[in-house]
Amino acid sequence: MRLLMLCYACWVGESSRAEESENTSNREEKRGGNMEMWIKWGYKWEAGIELGMNLRAACLQLQTSLLNPQIRRRPTPRHYRPIKEHRFAYTRLKSYTLLMAASLIRTSYSSAFAFSSPKASVYSPSVSPPSIKVPAFSPFTVKPLSSTFAPHAVRAISLATHATLTPSSVPADTSTTTFHGLCYVVGDNIDTDQIIPAEYLTLVPSNPAEYEKLGSYALVGLPSSYATRFIEPNETKTKYSIVIGGANFGCGSSREHAPVALGAAGAKAVVAESYARIFFRNSVATGEVYPLESEVRICEECKTGDVVTIELGESRLINHTTGKEYKLKPIGDAGPVIDAGGIFAYARKTGMIPSESN
Amino acid sequence: MASSLVSPSPIPSFIGNKKSLGSSAFPATSQIAIQKCKKQVSKKIVSVMAPQQSERKPATTGSVKTGMTMTEKILARASEKPQLTPGDNVWVNVDILMTHDVCGPGSIGIFKKEFGENAKVWDREKVVIIPDHYIFTSDERANRNVDILRDFCTEQNIKYFYDIKDLGNFKANPDYKGVCHVALAQEGHCRPGEVLLGTDSHTCTAGAFGQFATGIGNTDAGFVLGTGKLLLKVPPTLRFVMDGEMPPYLLAKDLILQIIGEISVAGATYKSMEFVGTTVESLNMEERMTLCNMVVEAGGKNGVVPADSTTFKYLEDKTSLPYEPVYSDAQASFLSEYRFDISKLEPLVAKPHSPDNRALARECKDVKIDRVYIGSCTGGKTEDFLAAAKLFLASGKKVKVPTFLVPATQKVWLDLYTLPVPGSGGKTMSQIFEEAGCDTPASPSCGACLGGPKDTYARMNEPKVCVSTTNRNFPGRMGHKEGQIYLASPYTAAASALTGYVTDPREFLQ
Repeated sequence: MRLLMLCYACWVGESSRAEESENTSNREEKRGGNMEMWIKWGYKWEAGIELGMNLRAACLQLQTSLLNPQIRRRPTPRHYRPIKEHRFAYTRLKSYTLLMAASLIRTSYSSAFAFSSPKASVYSPSVSPPSIKVPAFSPFTVKPLSSTFAPHAVRAISLATHATLTPSSVPADTSTTTFHGLCYVVGDNIDTDQIIPAEYLTLVPSNPAEYEKLGSYALVGLPSSYATRFIEPNETKTKYSIVIGGANFGCGSSREHAPVALGAAGAKAVVAESYARIFFRNSVATGEVYPLESEVRICEECKTGDVVTIELGESRLINHTTGKEYKLKPIGDAGPVIDAGGIFAYARKTGMIPSESN
Repeated sequence: MASSLVSPSPIPSFIGNKKSLGSSAFPATSQIAIQKCKKQVSKKIVSVMAPQQSERKPATTGSVKTGMTMTEKILARASEKPQLTPGDNVWVNVDILMTHDVCGPGSIGIFKKEFGENAKVWDREKVVIIPDHYIFTSDERANRNVDILRDFCTEQNIKYFYDIKDLGNFKANPDYKGVCHVALAQEGHCRPGEVLLGTDSHTCTAGAFGQFATGIGNTDAGFVLGTGKLLLKVPPTLRFVMDGEMPPYLLAKDLILQIIGEISVAGATYKSMEFVGTTVESLNMEERMTLCNMVVEAGGKNGVVPADSTTFKYLEDKTSLPYEPVYSDAQASFLSEYRFDISKLEPLVAKPHSPDNRALARECKDVKIDRVYIGSCTGGKTEDFLAAAKLFLASGKKVKVPTFLVPATQKVWLDLYTLPVPGSGGKTMSQIFEEAGCDTPASPSCGACLGGPKDTYARMNEPKVCVSTTNRNFPGRMGHKEGQIYLASPYTAAASALTGYVTDPREFLQ
C-alpha cells in the first residue's frame, strides 16, 4: 500500500510537470535529446539522484496501469535509448520519473552521463532553471502521503530546492542527507599548502567573487605524481564531489581557505582516516565540506573516478564501482554544531548569542 | 533502591536528617532526589547504609577535586568551572584574539555578516591585529588586505594595530612590528594563565608563557570578535620531561624535532603538550617559544611551559596587566609521559617532505644544498640570529651558498644592528653576517617561510634544496612544489651554509 502511495506521489509530480514538458520536450528532442532538458528540470544526472532505497524499490514495482494514459502513450525519447538493454527502461517505463529511477539501478549509465556535464555536484547552486518553473512539490500538497515515507518523497522530489542551497549552509537534517558523486582519492598527510598554496591566500573567502576564485585553485598544490588533477585545466569547478583521504587530512595551517576552497570547488564531503584538528574544526564551522571519518583506509581501496554514495543517517559509504560498502564513524561532538547549522546557529540555539531577529 | 536514583549522593543515611544538611554540600538535584525518596520510603529509619564512596563524583560535591593539568586549569578558570576533564566542551572567555593580514579580512567579513554591519567587537583592547604575512610585495590583493585591516581598526577603534603604510621602508612605520607571534610576546600580550587565540596555526607559540594558546579559523575568529567566547574541547595532556644539561651545540629546535620525530605529525592531535624538566627550565623565553611553536607540527592543540622566574623577568618591562600563573597538580593525570635525556641528543634535521622525517644532521652530510634561510617565528628571533652569528664567528669562514636572513620583527632587526655578540670583541650580528657573506637582513615579516606572492624575498621559485629554520617542509611550502626543504636549528643552518652541504654544527663549535 505504501509503495502504491509513493508511486502515486511520483505520478502526481509527473502530471504537474506534464504540461510544462509538453512544450519543451519536443524542442529538446529536436535539439538532439541531450542532458540539458533533465538539468533544466532540476535533476542532477551527473551526481545521480538522491532517491532513497524505498523509492527506487517502489518504482521498480510500479504498475503501469496507475500511470496517466497520456504519459503511457508517449514514446521513449531518443536520449533514453542507451539504457534500452535494461528491461525496465524499455518495456515498463514510460514516464520520466521512473526512467530516472531505473537509471539508478544501472549506475554505470549515470556515470556515463557525468562526463557530459562538468558540474558534478549534488548541490551546485549554479545549476538552477532560470526560465522553466519547476513545481515546488512538497508532500503536504498530496494528501494520501503519510508521514512515514514523507522524508523520502521530499528527498526525491524536492531536488529543485536543493539547487538553492548556498555553500555556507549545512543540511539541517543530517539523518537523511546523502552525498553522491565521483570520488577523488588522495594519500596521507595532505597539508593545507597542498589543498590551497599560500600564494592564493590573498583571496578573502567572505568576498563572493574571490570565494569562487579560491575554489578554482583547490588541491592545485598536489605534487605532479597525482596525474589526474582535482580540477581540470581551464575549469573552475571540480567534477569530484567527494574527496577520500588517508591519515591526518588537512594538517598544517589553520587557514580556513582550505575547507573553503574545497567547498567552493564543488566538493561536498571528505572521508578521511583521520583529520588534523584545525581543519576538522574549520570544516564544521564553515559547513563547506562535511568531514567524515572512516573505520578502515578507504583511500587504498577506492580509485579516483569511482562513483560513491555516502548515507549519513546510516553512517556508510557505498562504492558503486567496486560494489563495496564501508562503515563510517559517527560525527561525535561536532554533531550538535553541524545539526544546528554551524557555530553561529548553535550559539543562537543555545542562547549564547541573541538570535538574528533581536 | 533509593540510592540508585542519584548515584553521586549517599542518600539512605540522610533520610530523616534532611534539615541538618548544609545546602552548600549538595547540589540542587540531589535535594530534589531526596524529596522523591521521601515519597517512596517511609519516614521510619529501618537501616542505615554507609555512604557509597565509589560513585561519588568530586565535581558534584565541590569538596574534593581531582588533580588537573595546566591546560585543564587554565580552561577551567576561563570557563568559570571548578573542574574540567578532557573531552568536556566548554565556552571559554578569551583574553586576547590575534589576527593578521591573511585571515583578518575573512574574519572581519564573517563578523560583519553575522553580527551586523554596525556591530562592535567585544573588547577593543583585547583584539590585536598584526599584519605580517604578505607585506613587502607589489601584489595588489595583499596590499588591499592590509587596507581592510586598517579600515576595520579605525572603525572599531582597536587599540593594538601594528600598522604599516610605507611598504618601501619598514623603518618609516613606527607601529609596524612584524611576525605576529614574536610581536605578541615582545609587546607583552602573552601572560601566564590566560587564553590567547589567533587565526594562525603557530599561535601555540605563546604557550611558552604558561598560557593556553591555539590557532583557530576565520569563522571561529568572527565569533570571538563578537562575543569574546569560544566553544573549546578540553584536550588531554602529553607530558614531555626533558632533563640533562643542554649541550652547547643543541638548540630548542633540535628538541622539538626530536619530539615530532618520536610521535609523528599526528601524534599529538587534539592533545596538549606540556614541556617540563631541568632542560626546559634552563631555556630562555625565545627558546621556549621555538619549542612551543612547532607543537602544531605534531598535530597538537596547544603547548605549555610552566611559568617561572625567567618568564616573570621577561614580562617585567613588557606588561603592566596583572596575571596569575597556574601549574599542573601533582596528582594530575596525563595521557602519556615521554622522558628525554638531552645530554645524549645530537643535532637533527627534518628531511623533505614532512616535519617528522627526522634524521641526524651528520647522516645527511652528502646532501648538497642550494640556499639557506634563517627567519620566521620559529627561527628568526634574536636568540636564533645570535646562535647563527656565534657559529659564523667560531668558524671565521664565508658561506658557500646564498644565505637569506629575515628577522622576525623590527625589534629583532634592531638587535641585529645593535646587540654585541659575546666573544666577538664588540661586533654586532649584522657585522658578523656581512663578513661571512650572508645577504643583508631583509624587511621583517613572515617572508618566504610559506612562499607567498611570487615577488616575495627568498621565495623558492625553482626546485632547489634549502636548509631552513622554519617550521614546515611539505611539498611546495616555500614556493616550488619540487623544492626540498630541510628543517634545522640556526646552528645547523649556519654550519650548512659554510660548507654547502647539510652539516652537523659540531664541526664548527668544538
